[in-house]
Amino acid sequence: MSTTLKINGKPTTVNAEPDTPLLWVIRDEVGLTGTKFGCGAGLCGACTVQLDGVAVRSCQTSLSAAAGKSVATIESLAGTRDEALQKAWIAHDVPQCGYCQSGQLMSAAALLARNKNPSDADIDAAMSGNICRCGTYGRIKAAIKTAAVQMNHG
Amino acid sequence: MTHPIEDPAVQSLDGLSRRRFLQASAAVSGGLLLGISIGGAGPAQAAGMMYTPNAWVHIADDNTITLISARSEMGQGVYTSMPMLIAEELNVDFRTIKVAIAPPNAKLYGNALLGGTQLTGGSTSVRDGWEKLRVAGAQVRMMLVSAAAQQWNVPEAQLRAENGMVFGPDGKKASYGALAEAASKLPVPEKPALKDPSQFTLVGKRTPRLDTPAKTNGTAEFGIDVKLPGMVYASLQQCPVIGGKVTGFDATQAKAMPGVIDVVQIPDGVAVVADSWWRAKKARDALHVQWDEGPGAGLNTTLMYAGTQAAASGGTPIPLKAIGDADAVIKSATKVVSADYVMPLLSHSPLEPMNFTAWVHDGKVDLVGPTQWQDGAAGAVAKAVGLPPENVALRTTFLGGGFGRRIDLDFIIQAAQISQAVGKPVKLVWTREDDMTHDFYRPMAFTQMAAAVGADGKPTALTFRLSSQSVTGRIFGLPAGASDPLMTEAAITGYAIPAARYDTVKHDIGLRVGYWRSVSHALNAFSNESFFDELAAAAGKDPYEYRMSLLGSSPRYANVLKLAADKAGWGTKAPAGHHRGIALMEGYDTYMAQVAEISLDKAGHIKVHKVTVAADLGRMVNPDTVEAQIQSSIVFGLTAALWGEITVDKGRVQQTNFDRYRLMRMNEAPQIDIVLVDSKEKPGGIGEPATALIGPAVGNALFAATGKRLRRMPFTPENIASS
Repeated sequence: MSTTLKINGKPTTVNAEPDTPLLWVIRDEVGLTGTKFGCGAGLCGACTVQLDGVAVRSCQTSLSAAAGKSVATIESLAGTRDEALQKAWIAHDVPQCGYCQSGQLMSAAALLARNKNPSDADIDAAMSGNICRCGTYGRIKAAIKTAAVQMNHG
Repeated sequence: MTHPIEDPAVQSLDGLSRRRFLQASAAVSGGLLLGISIGGAGPAQAAGMMYTPNAWVHIADDNTITLISARSEMGQGVYTSMPMLIAEELNVDFRTIKVAIAPPNAKLYGNALLGGTQLTGGSTSVRDGWEKLRVAGAQVRMMLVSAAAQQWNVPEAQLRAENGMVFGPDGKKASYGALAEAASKLPVPEKPALKDPSQFTLVGKRTPRLDTPAKTNGTAEFGIDVKLPGMVYASLQQCPVIGGKVTGFDATQAKAMPGVIDVVQIPDGVAVVADSWWRAKKARDALHVQWDEGPGAGLNTTLMYAGTQAAASGGTPIPLKAIGDADAVIKSATKVVSADYVMPLLSHSPLEPMNFTAWVHDGKVDLVGPTQWQDGAAGAVAKAVGLPPENVALRTTFLGGGFGRRIDLDFIIQAAQISQAVGKPVKLVWTREDDMTHDFYRPMAFTQMAAAVGADGKPTALTFRLSSQSVTGRIFGLPAGASDPLMTEAAITGYAIPAARYDTVKHDIGLRVGYWRSVSHALNAFSNESFFDELAAAAGKDPYEYRMSLLGSSPRYANVLKLAADKAGWGTKAPAGHHRGIALMEGYDTYMAQVAEISLDKAGHIKVHKVTVAADLGRMVNPDTVEAQIQSSIVFGLTAALWGEITVDKGRVQQTNFDRYRLMRMNEAPQIDIVLVDSKEKPGGIGEPATALIGPAVGNALFAATGKRLRRMPFTPENIASS
C-alpha cells in the first residue's frame, strides 16, 4: 500500500490505504499539520492545498488520486513568490482564530498564479469556497490586493 | 514565591509541587507543558534560569521575557492585548517578548468578572485585566529598579526602567535579565503607582498581533495539531439523540480493520482507537451500536417552540425590574402596541471541530488542547477519572474558534476517559457532523412586548417578558426562582419610559443549551430594537428621530446613535433599491449603534450591502483588534440573522454540515464602516456586542424595504413571505 507523491517539492512515500483522503495523509502520515480539517465534505475549504498547481480540497482528494503528483501545502509558501501573500496577511493582520487561514492562503495563491490583477468579483469567485467563521473576509480581500501589487512590482 | 525556575508555568502552579509538574510536563511534551512560543510550534524554553517576580512575568537570565495571558486565544486577540497591558508598565520592547497561556490556577488567573473562575468569555478579558495586568507589570518594573538600586547603592529615584533595561547615573545600566534573580527575591509591592493613560506608549495604539505570523505559515498549534509521543487517535460514536446511552455494540468488523488498536465504551458512546485518525473514523463507521435514546427521542422543534411560547403565559415569571405599574397603565391606555418575537436554536460551529488530547497515567492526567475554561476542565476531568484536581495538568493551545462552545467540557472528559480505558495518550477528534449534532445550542426564545403609547407617540409604559432556557442554570446551577443574569442582558434599554415591567420565564425545552457569542444580548436586542422600531412606525416617526427623542438622559447611547446615523448618511437618499435600518444597544459596558443597508431580490433573498457601526467602548487596548472584532461579530451575527436555525426531529438535530447550516462567505459579506469614539470611560467588551445588534438592524431595514415586520429569525425568504 505504498504510494509515492511529491509534497512541497520532496518525493515522499507513504503507507496508507489508497482511499485515505490526502488531508489525513498530509497531517497524520507526513506530519504537516498546517492543513486543517473543517468539514470533511468539501464545503469549507480549510483543507485547501494545491495539486499540480490547482487548488483542491484535500479532504475530498484520495491518496490514489494524488499518486505521482505534486502537492503544495501552506508550509511551502515561504521563500517563494507567494510569500508576498503571507506578508500581506501580516500587514493587514488578517487572522483571528486563524484556523481557516492556511486554506485561504492556498486558494489565494492559486488565484494570483492565474490572475495577476483580480477584481473584487474575481476574488469573491475564487475565495467563496473558503469559510472564515471569524469573518475576516474584508481583510483577506484587502491582503490579496496588496499581495497582487507586491508580486507585480516585486 | 521567588525561587529560580526552569519554566514559566512552574511558579504559577501554586498547589502543585514544582517537581510533580515538571514530571508531568516532561511526560507530555518531552519538555515543558506550558509555554507555547509565538510560533506555537513548541514550548518556549529559555536557556539558563528563569525568574518569576510575580505570576505574570517571567524573565530569563538571557533577557528573554515571557508574559502570561490567562485567557484563551480564540481569535479575539488576547494573546496580544493581555501582554500589552503588562508590557505598558513593565517598559519592555513589545516586539521582543514571548507569550505563554496560563495553566489552570484560578487563584492566580481567575476572572473576577466571572466569579473568579479561569474562564474566557463574556467579553471580559480586557475589562478584568485592565488594572490587574498593569499592576502586575508595574510591580515587576519596581522590583527590577529596587534590585538595581541595591546593587549600585544609589537611590531608586535616580533610576529609570525602559526597553528592558534599568539605567542609572554615570552610565550605569543593566538588563532586566541581569537583575531578574535579585529582583525575584524582593517583596512584591502591593500598590504600585500606575501611569496616567496620557503617558501610555503601547496601550491604545494599533499594535500588530503577535500570533499573526504563526497563523500565516501553518505553525500555529491548534488542539487538532497536538502530537504526543506514543499518541493514538480516537473517533467517538455518540447517540444520535443527545443524552442517549449505549445498550450494546458489535465491534467485530471494526476491530478487524487496518490500524485499529481498541474499541472502548465510555459513558457518551463507543470509541474506536487507531494508529491514525482516518483509520479510527473508518472503523467507527463500521460499528454497530444499540442505544437507549432516552427522553430526548421525542423532541421536535415545533413542540419546543410551542412549549417556550406557552411558558411565557403559563410559566413563573422572575422579576427583573419594575418602574410604576406598567400593566395597569397598558390596561387603561387608549393606544397599545404589542408584539411577540421568536428566536431559533443555533449552533456555534467553530471551524476547528471539537477535539482534545489526554493522557491518563500513573495517577495523573495530562491534557492538551483548546478550551475556554481551564479550571473547569481540570476539575471535570479529575472527577471523571477519579483523581484529585491537582493531579490534572493542562496546556491550552490556540482555539480554532470558541464562540462559547469551548466553555463546555464534554469532549475533554471523553478524551480522558478514552485514554484511561486504553492506557495511552489519545487525541480525540470529532467530525463536523459530531460537532453540529452534539453542540450545546443557543437557546430558542419567545419574547412578549407591549407598550402604551401617548398622544406624542412616546411610550408611557412598557412590558417585556422573555421565555427561554437558562444556560447558567445548567452549567453553574441556579435555584429555580433565581433570575439568570445571562438571560437579561440588554433587556433594559437606555430609552426613557415612565413605567415598565421586565421579567423572564425559565423554560427547559429538553435539549442542552450553551452560551453563544453575545448570549442573551442577541435575544433581547432583537426584541427591543425591533419593538422600538415598531413604536416609531406606529407614531409615524423616523426610526432614528424617534429613538433620539427618548435618549435625553442617556448621552452615550445618543452619541453613538448620532455617529452611526451621520456616517451612514441616514436621512439621505439610499442607492436605488437599497433600504436602511438602525439599531442601538449597550452590552458589556459598550455602547453601540448600527445602520444596515440592504436590498431584496425578487425571490426575497436579502443582500446586506453595508453596515455602519459606531461604538463607544471606553478606553481601548488595541484599536485594530477592536475593529477586527466588530467586523467579525457582524459576519457572525449576519450568518445567524439571515440563515441560522437548528431544527430537531425525533430527537435528532437535522443540520449536520455546512450544506444545511449555512455560514456567510466572502461574496456575501458586507462592507463594514466603523466609527470608534475616543473615550476616557472604563473599558467595555467588544468581542460580542455587534453580533447581537446586526439582526435587528437588518430586520428594521427589511421593514423599511417592504413594510413587513419580521418578528422571527432567521430572515429567510420563507419567513419573510409568511410574515
